[in-house]
Amino acid sequence: MADLAISAHGLGKRYRLGRLESGFRRVRRIVSRQAGPGHLWALRDLSFDVPEGESLAIVGSNGAGKSTLLKILARITEPTTGYVDVAGRVAALVEVGTGFNPELTGRENIYLNGTLLGMTRKEIDLRLDEIVAFAGVEQHLDKPVKWYSSGMYVRLGFAVAAHLEPDILIVDEVLSVGDLAFQQKCLGRMGEVAEGGRTVLFVSHNLAAVSALCPNAMYLRNGEITARGPTREVVDRYVDDVKSTAHVNVRSRLDRQGDGRLRFTEVRVGDGSVTTGDDCEISMLYEGTPGPGRVRVGFAVYGALVEPIFQCLNETSGDVIAELAADGAFTCTIPRLPLAPGHYTISIYCEVDGKVADWVEHAAVLEVVEGDFYGTGRLPSDAHGNIYVDQTWRSEPATVTPIHLGRSAL
Amino acid sequence: MQAAESQAVAPAPVAAHPHGVRRIQPSSWFVPIDGRELWRYRELLRFIVLRDVKSRYRQTYLGPSWAILRPLVTLVIFSAIFGGLAGITPGKGVDIPYALWVTPAVVVFTYVSTALTNTASSLVINSHLITKVYFPRLFIPLSTALTPVVDFLLGLLVLGGVFAYYDRTPSWHIVFLPAFMALMVLVTAGIGLWLAAFSARYRDVVFGAPFLVQIWQYATPVIYPVAFIPSTYRWLLDFNPLTAVVEGFRWSLLGLPFGSFTTLAASIGIGLVASASGLFAFRRTERLMVDML
Repeated sequence: MADLAISAHGLGKRYRLGRLESGFRRVRRIVSRQAGPGHLWALRDLSFDVPEGESLAIVGSNGAGKSTLLKILARITEPTTGYVDVAGRVAALVEVGTGFNPELTGRENIYLNGTLLGMTRKEIDLRLDEIVAFAGVEQHLDKPVKWYSSGMYVRLGFAVAAHLEPDILIVDEVLSVGDLAFQQKCLGRMGEVAEGGRTVLFVSHNLAAVSALCPNAMYLRNGEITARGPTREVVDRYVDDVKSTAHVNVRSRLDRQGDGRLRFTEVRVGDGSVTTGDDCEISMLYEGTPGPGRVRVGFAVYGALVEPIFQCLNETSGDVIAELAADGAFTCTIPRLPLAPGHYTISIYCEVDGKVADWVEHAAVLEVVEGDFYGTGRLPSDAHGNIYVDQTWRSEPATVTPIHLGRSAL
Repeated sequence: MQAAESQAVAPAPVAAHPHGVRRIQPSSWFVPIDGRELWRYRELLRFIVLRDVKSRYRQTYLGPSWAILRPLVTLVIFSAIFGGLAGITPGKGVDIPYALWVTPAVVVFTYVSTALTNTASSLVINSHLITKVYFPRLFIPLSTALTPVVDFLLGLLVLGGVFAYYDRTPSWHIVFLPAFMALMVLVTAGIGLWLAAFSARYRDVVFGAPFLVQIWQYATPVIYPVAFIPSTYRWLLDFNPLTAVVEGFRWSLLGLPFGSFTTLAASIGIGLVASASGLFAFRRTERLMVDML
């Protein structure tokens, strides 16, 4: 049996709900004998081992305790109960380019960021050339990073992190930044770290990336370990759970976020199911009196692997909603639904005046039945995506363009 | 593959590791200072100070001239109002112009004021770091208390200017000035650590700090000489650790008599106690600071 890199015993973390009371409010609350702000256990009695050299994925929906677990392992915060033994140096990448200062030069920021992540100046001296080359900022090393493009900024941040040599590397969704090529580079680098025999913990919503990188996974739900084992089994379990919670009545869901100025009670999808290529109406019913305020409301659609497919948001579609009736419904119409037949889940979200009012993940199931999207009676196979786009085809001889290109190249 | 299973297997101990094995667990009320870790991260302190010095005057027209302008304008106002209008003098038989006499104290309080108000808000301002990565949090208030030393050194130019204006030379006691500067930083850092520790939980500290500095300045013989206080109440000044700093600056620069050694001893004592207790107060808050920021 391999040596353990991480061994947790009865790990728990409790947070206090709500903000600090002012003295005046506290006096008023005690006088009127109301209960104080409650507590929330973000993690409860977690016990697990991670052998040295394992790449372990941590999956679970928002609020399941993944980030809290990472914060404890990274010593950003302390557990409330239990303990965890960690062998060697831990580097946690919760964000790329933590502590970058726009006034400092690229070189100075490499040193600031590197020492912040626990490297010594000597270690950075040794790897400076590599870091600079990886980020591709040789020309701009001694310019303040405020002159950098956002791409250069992110690349430099990741380059520093990628050249840490921790015994345990913890990565939290940093891969959601940057362009696709850069994300590939990051995943590649993580793979190298893992192959180098180091322990990697990877927290992500991207189940495809998780499956590619980590042979083993751990699934957290409501602060507890629900499954731990081979990634495929754990991911299946997670996906099943997401689907079954999506069948739960929205009104009775407790795992929601927001200040509750309005609460979703039901999601209605057409007549229960919708047809590919037909116009589709999705209604989100709510209760509550949110009062006047700018409303951002929307939903996101997820596929069979809980991968995000698309989202609809009144803000981006340009539909302004400035006033809400008490108890009502938001309805979104999607003309010619471009989704392949199958089962999808929908997360619903509403914000009033910049504050989240209600947010329920995987609140409902969207069942799409086969239809005639293209008007040809045919649909492509779903092996290469589950979104349909309008298209036209033509063919033309290859004689015109080369001459034109040749001229403009001069 | 339930959690219960991994528990059922007797947990193998985490093997010894060349980089050490760390147990992460809830800490008790007393959190000792981890000297090894502070040493390992020592270079971070340098880079944070560098960052703060370089970005302090960004987007300002006057830039570092502010470090000279602030004490200069303060001393002109003090000289005009307290030395001129109110007619306060440095004392009987002291042949020193009020402006020259008040300047060392103004330079000291310019530092104290900047350092204290900045440390009070340092955790809030750096919360984006504290919530994202682990490092010894102590470096945040410490670097914030150290950064204005640069301004302080620039402020000494004002002092030199005033000496030149009155065509005087400092006393040979000036060789002791660094000792009083050290005392100034010790006292300020000690109080700053307390403020920082409280600021995580009570944001009131951020608003209260400038007010505290103002009160402290009036409670210190900055604009008035010690002799101004009736002798029956003079012992009260000994409880103010900055009395010895201000008096010490005047002694080393102007050759004025130093109050008493009780004042100095009390100041050093209070400075040490404040720093030590501030360190522990901060360590105690450090562990859960993230959850409150």
